[in-house]
Amino acid sequence: MQSPLASFERESLGWNDAAVLTDLTLRIDAGERVALLGRSGSGKSTLLDALRQRMTGERIALVPQQHGLVDPLSVFHNVWMGQLDQSGTLTNLRTLLWPLARERAAVDVVLDRTGLSDMGRRNVTTLSGGQRQRVALGRALLRGGAVVLADEPVSALDPAQGDALLADLASQFATAVLALHDVGQALSFATRIIGLRAGQIVIDAPADDLDTAALMDLYR
Amino acid sequence: MTFRRRDVLLTFVLLTAMALALADLSARRPDPWLMLSQMAQGLMAPDFTDLPGLFRATGLTLAFAFCGVGLGAAAGLLLAPFYHLRVVRYLCVSIRAVHELFWALLLLNLTGFSPLTGVLAIGLPYTGIFAKVFSEYLDESDPTAEAILPPGLSGLTTLLWVRIPQCLPQMRTYTLYRLECGLRSSAVLGFIGLPTLGYHLETAFRQAHYGQAAAVLAIFLALILPIRRWMIWRLVPLFLVASGVVLALVTSPPMGDGAYGRFLADILPSPIRTEMAWSDWLYRLFIEQAWPGSVDTLVLSQIALAGAAALAALAFPAIVPAVATRFGAFIGHAILVILRSIPEFMLAFIFVQVFGPSMLPAILALALHNGAIIAHLLGRQASGLTLRPDAPRGLTLWAWELFPRIGGNFWALCLYRWEIILRESAIMGLLGIGTLGYYIQSNVQQLRLDRVVALLLVSILLTLLIDRISRTLRTRMRWGSHLRIEAHRGDRQT
Repeated sequence: MQSPLASFERESLGWNDAAVLTDLTLRIDAGERVALLGRSGSGKSTLLDALRQRMTGERIALVPQQHGLVDPLSVFHNVWMGQLDQSGTLTNLRTLLWPLARERAAVDVVLDRTGLSDMGRRNVTTLSGGQRQRVALGRALLRGGAVVLADEPVSALDPAQGDALLADLASQFATAVLALHDVGQALSFATRIIGLRAGQIVIDAPADDLDTAALMDLYR
Repeated sequence: MTFRRRDVLLTFVLLTAMALALADLSARRPDPWLMLSQMAQGLMAPDFTDLPGLFRATGLTLAFAFCGVGLGAAAGLLLAPFYHLRVVRYLCVSIRAVHELFWALLLLNLTGFSPLTGVLAIGLPYTGIFAKVFSEYLDESDPTAEAILPPGLSGLTTLLWVRIPQCLPQMRTYTLYRLECGLRSSAVLGFIGLPTLGYHLETAFRQAHYGQAAAVLAIFLALILPIRRWMIWRLVPLFLVASGVVLALVTSPPMGDGAYGRFLADILPSPIRTEMAWSDWLYRLFIEQAWPGSVDTLVLSQIALAGAAALAALAFPAIVPAVATRFGAFIGHAILVILRSIPEFMLAFIFVQVFGPSMLPAILALALHNGAIIAHLLGRQASGLTLRPDAPRGLTLWAWELFPRIGGNFWALCLYRWEIILRESAIMGLLGIGTLGYYIQSNVQQLRLDRVVALLLVSILLTLLIDRISRTLRTRMRWGSHLRIEAHRGDRQT
């Protein structure tokens, strides 16, 4: 049996002293596409953060709920941010001040995939909420790696765009753990669905065994 | 432990009453009205005949401000990431506790009347201020952007890619505000002999050429009031280079050989260098100079702070349209901005010409300038309040809605200006008032640099003491806990 990417054995997770998730037992294996569902405050973000800390040694791409964009910089810079660890400090400084044509080209490929073609030189403050979210997704796609951890990555996009980008994430990353709020998207994207309620895992099953009605119970 | 507001205010009133009892408030000039009418005549007929001289002084005022603020901002930005280190923090606290004019007086012995004196006099204290404010911005930068960065990046990459870019808008706003302060500092440096607008103002007053003085004031206001219009960020490199060239062209008498060595030797206490007894030196320094100087500095700053607070509380509605009407708010705005723009030292100098040297002119100048700054900030905030449609008008609105709602920020702003008023009170000694500046200047004239340095240390300690009290009061009273005073000038005021 392969060793898990991350596992928890009867653990409590939380911020400072307040436990958000109690008595958590869970393992995530390589190759899984997991959707986390649950009302806001049920512990999805806390679980994602804990997974990030557990998966040391993996190359992880993150898409946080707040996007984590640096407002005064351009779209290009915010996307390139994802692979700063590929170069040294001096090269990064040069890229900050003077991006090369091939660096711009690499980012343009990702921008085309996220529907932001030709927007590389735009300042991110001029973008709409949906466009900002796509910049954050582009940053994760450019970074690449074995795992993507994303918190509501398509919440500001229309359903068709959202589905397309989720498929894109699924094709690029071997393992994905995504907090989602759209039950339909979760069913079509994920191989496994984890439902959280008040800090407890109440559903953990293959997506094929679940239907919308069962999942809507989470939101009652 | 929290203090009760009533007790704090009562203590403040008692301290002010004590200070008033100790203060010398006499108007020594026999007839202030005669002087005022002569000045008014000059104000009516500004005299621009010395156009080349005024032009040169204006250029130099700008050049000193640009180079000084540029130096301070650059050095401050370099120090900001290390501000959490105790060495850096104490260094910054100390260099910014010394007023620009005191730095200039000290540096005159080292670099003479060369342009370097002016640039360093502005740049050194501003370095300390910039380092502190920039480090606060860096600390408050949004952590989510840093969290998405790949692990294992060098600190420099994180700083340059995420932390500094996030703070750029605030840094720009703050640097612009500091440039405005730098222009004031630069003009005031003229009062101790550097060739800026202040020098022309002083000369014109001493020769009773009030028309020329009015011209200098008009030019200064024309420079500083529209600063947000002419300060174009793309042109900053050009401004800096031009300032450097202008300053490089200034000729100054050379300092004799070995000025640096002499300076370093002279700042050692004289009992080490000469036969003087320690007891004698300590007595002269602390009992005859530091003590009366500190008492007068504290007395002056206490009355000035009370005056500024009273003025601000009464004057801020002057720029609130709901109280003063639109036209009234426009007039109020103009008056407050002009009072805010003229440096307090310049105002005090003018008032000394009217009333003669006592604490009165210094109190008036400090209260008017600082009161206008506080009133302006409060007024903008009060104008932004959403009032219910049937809210009262006029004074009732002030007493029932406006003041209660912004009261916390009002006290916080007053406490915040306290430290600044103290620094300025010490400086007022250069006008012949008995605060620390008076003793510092007389020691400079007698080339007793050891005493100058010792008195500067006393003024640093006083500043730190007031800063500590002010900070404690602000946290204990929870006054304006969300207030960012220096940063939120102009458009970013919240």
